[in-house]
Amino acid sequence: MPPILEIRGLEARVDDKPILRGIDLTVNPGEVHAIMGPNGSGKSTLAQVLAGRETYAVTAGEVHYLGADLLTRAPEERAREGLFLAFQYPVEIAGVSNVYLLKAALNAARRHRGEPELDAMDFLALVRGKLKAMEMPEDLIYRSVNEGFSGGEKKRNEILQMALLEPKLAILDEADSGLDIDALQVVARGINALRAPGRAMIVVTHYQRLLDYVVPDFVHVLSQGRIVRSGGKELALELESRGYGWIDDAAPAAVRAQ
Amino acid sequence: MDTDTTHIDELISREYAHGFVTDIEADSVPPGLSEDVIRLISAKKNEPPFMLEWRLDAYRHWLTMREPDWSSIGHPPIDYQDIVYYSAPKAKKDGPKSLDEVDPELLRVYEKLGVPLKEREALAGVAVDAVFDSVSVGTTFKSRLAELGIIFCAFSEAVQEHPELVRQYLGSVVPRGDNFFAALNSAVFTDGSFCYIPKGVRCPMELSTYFRINAKDSGQFERTLIIADEGAYVSYLEGCTAPMRDENQLHAAVVELVALERAHIKYSTVQNWYPGDRDGKGGIYNFVTKRGDCRGAHSHIAWTQVETGSAITWKYPSCILRGDNSVGTFHSVALTNHRQQADTGTKMIHIGRNTRSTIVSKGISAGRGSNAYRGLVKVLKTAEGARNYTQCDSLLVGDRCAAHTFPYIEVRNPTAKVEHEASTSRIGEEQLFYCRQRGLSAEDAVSMIVNGFCKEVFKELPMEFAVEAQKLLGVSLEGSVG
Repeated sequence: MPPILEIRGLEARVDDKPILRGIDLTVNPGEVHAIMGPNGSGKSTLAQVLAGRETYAVTAGEVHYLGADLLTRAPEERAREGLFLAFQYPVEIAGVSNVYLLKAALNAARRHRGEPELDAMDFLALVRGKLKAMEMPEDLIYRSVNEGFSGGEKKRNEILQMALLEPKLAILDEADSGLDIDALQVVARGINALRAPGRAMIVVTHYQRLLDYVVPDFVHVLSQGRIVRSGGKELALELESRGYGWIDDAAPAAVRAQ
Repeated sequence: MDTDTTHIDELISREYAHGFVTDIEADSVPPGLSEDVIRLISAKKNEPPFMLEWRLDAYRHWLTMREPDWSSIGHPPIDYQDIVYYSAPKAKKDGPKSLDEVDPELLRVYEKLGVPLKEREALAGVAVDAVFDSVSVGTTFKSRLAELGIIFCAFSEAVQEHPELVRQYLGSVVPRGDNFFAALNSAVFTDGSFCYIPKGVRCPMELSTYFRINAKDSGQFERTLIIADEGAYVSYLEGCTAPMRDENQLHAAVVELVALERAHIKYSTVQNWYPGDRDGKGGIYNFVTKRGDCRGAHSHIAWTQVETGSAITWKYPSCILRGDNSVGTFHSVALTNHRQQADTGTKMIHIGRNTRSTIVSKGISAGRGSNAYRGLVKVLKTAEGARNYTQCDSLLVGDRCAAHTFPYIEVRNPTAKVEHEASTSRIGEEQLFYCRQRGLSAEDAVSMIVNGFCKEVFKELPMEFAVEAQKLLGVSLEGSVG
């Protein structure tokens, strides 16, 4: 099967400040890649650039998604093509019910695929099933989008959206931040339930602990806008015991080694 | 921010969908205002002497007044001598007896606007008193209403048929000399709607009127008077659109509502007059005086407005809570885009005991629009136990618009409770990106966020109006965010 995502020499900056300085990454169907790295290394920027955030200017490199150029497409087109970003900080939208956004999102994707839109009844049946799987109470979908949600509820809501939209590539940006251990396990179960042969995931995380529950196929370490180490899941454990300082020291050597 | 701005521009740049001019021969007087013009208007309308006197008094008072300059709007000076004060579609003989006699061109205009003037309005349950320029051209459902003793007709007709009611109530809420624009209206108004609901009658349908400005350079000066007698109920809908035009057009209407004991008046407006182009050229100047008098105990007046049009909106629908236990409510959505300016709000004057008022104002500014909420809550000494709750929210779309809030509170009774809450938020690039990442277009995302913001007001509107209001917001904003 052809790769879902191919990133070659990707560079991006915000306000003339280079953040990504040459990223190469290939993600195949069914794979889960963890991207780790210290604060400021460019993890979240990579996630946002892939989703099409316009605050970042791509200055070099190319990205192919499902064999086609990704960077020229609007964020909503990427989304409708099955690229999903679970936000680190999900945004609140007052007065707009969660269920309204969910239905609009799902139907936008269905229209794009040439499928009929789901009516309210069918949609509700579908979303109820997903809620159950996510161990979420039904009232959550009738509240305003993320407004007054606890940290855990916000993160679970992201996973609920992912479950509903069934993306081909899911990028999870710090899906574990701010969660207690119970909430972390619920989120992890939600993510694992969505692992599938045709679907790939990029899990961006600062800490190893999410990876205890969502076990990655590959781990990449990002430092100063470059991937400085790649390996299997054991790399995450090594980072956990040795800290990011070890990577930073190693960074110049790693770059030279390429 | 550059990309955002470009995107906002694209979204804002949509053309006004109701911009067309209908070619109908108008019967107009030359521009300018004098006692002679007022006499001519009064004579054309075959008015009784008391009306002419009333107009002339208003005019003489107006001459002593100055245009108000306290609001946060700006416009080039208006030349009141360059305005046509009377313009009527040419009548076939003595005017149409039924819709069949109405100029088909006119009916087509209403059709374009979606005004249900034919058979379908029977199904919709809407009685339409259509004001085209200055003369009413058709009134439906009149006979059905008449069976209940409800009078719903053109103002000029009420002057002929029910002079005693007009004489008793005209100017009793908004006096002739109330303010500059109300005085001007009192002197020169040509038509409008009149409605009287007798004691204990609940009006069985929403009453509706569509105003439309058409003849070139004719300022419109409607006069609306609604009286709900003891225990009566009426819901009145006012909706407006206007054709595209280059010159600014003055619009200075007066609406008076009188609610007697236990009466309930619901007055809803969706205003979509031509706002001018993206550079602020053209567009309607809308200087309106709207006021309701809760004259009887336990009476209730509810204003709901959705203001999306006009280059300038200057409008403060108010309630005088005179009767004990009377209730005033004001729900407003005001949207300004491009270079539109709105200075709008309400006045709640608490006079009676245990009077209550609620104000919910939602201001949306996009493009280079400027939006001000200006409100007064006044509790007089007599208003024992008065209570007010005000919520005033502003939403900014883009980074070149402005929102202002001017709440005035005057309390002279220590038992009063007055609450004021205000918030300002911005449709952020983050919110938009979040929605777009979920597959929504930027336009749909803005529309969804704005509708969510306005939800509390829309739910006060009658169903069909709420749907129209949502569509209007969509059209007015389409894409005003990046």
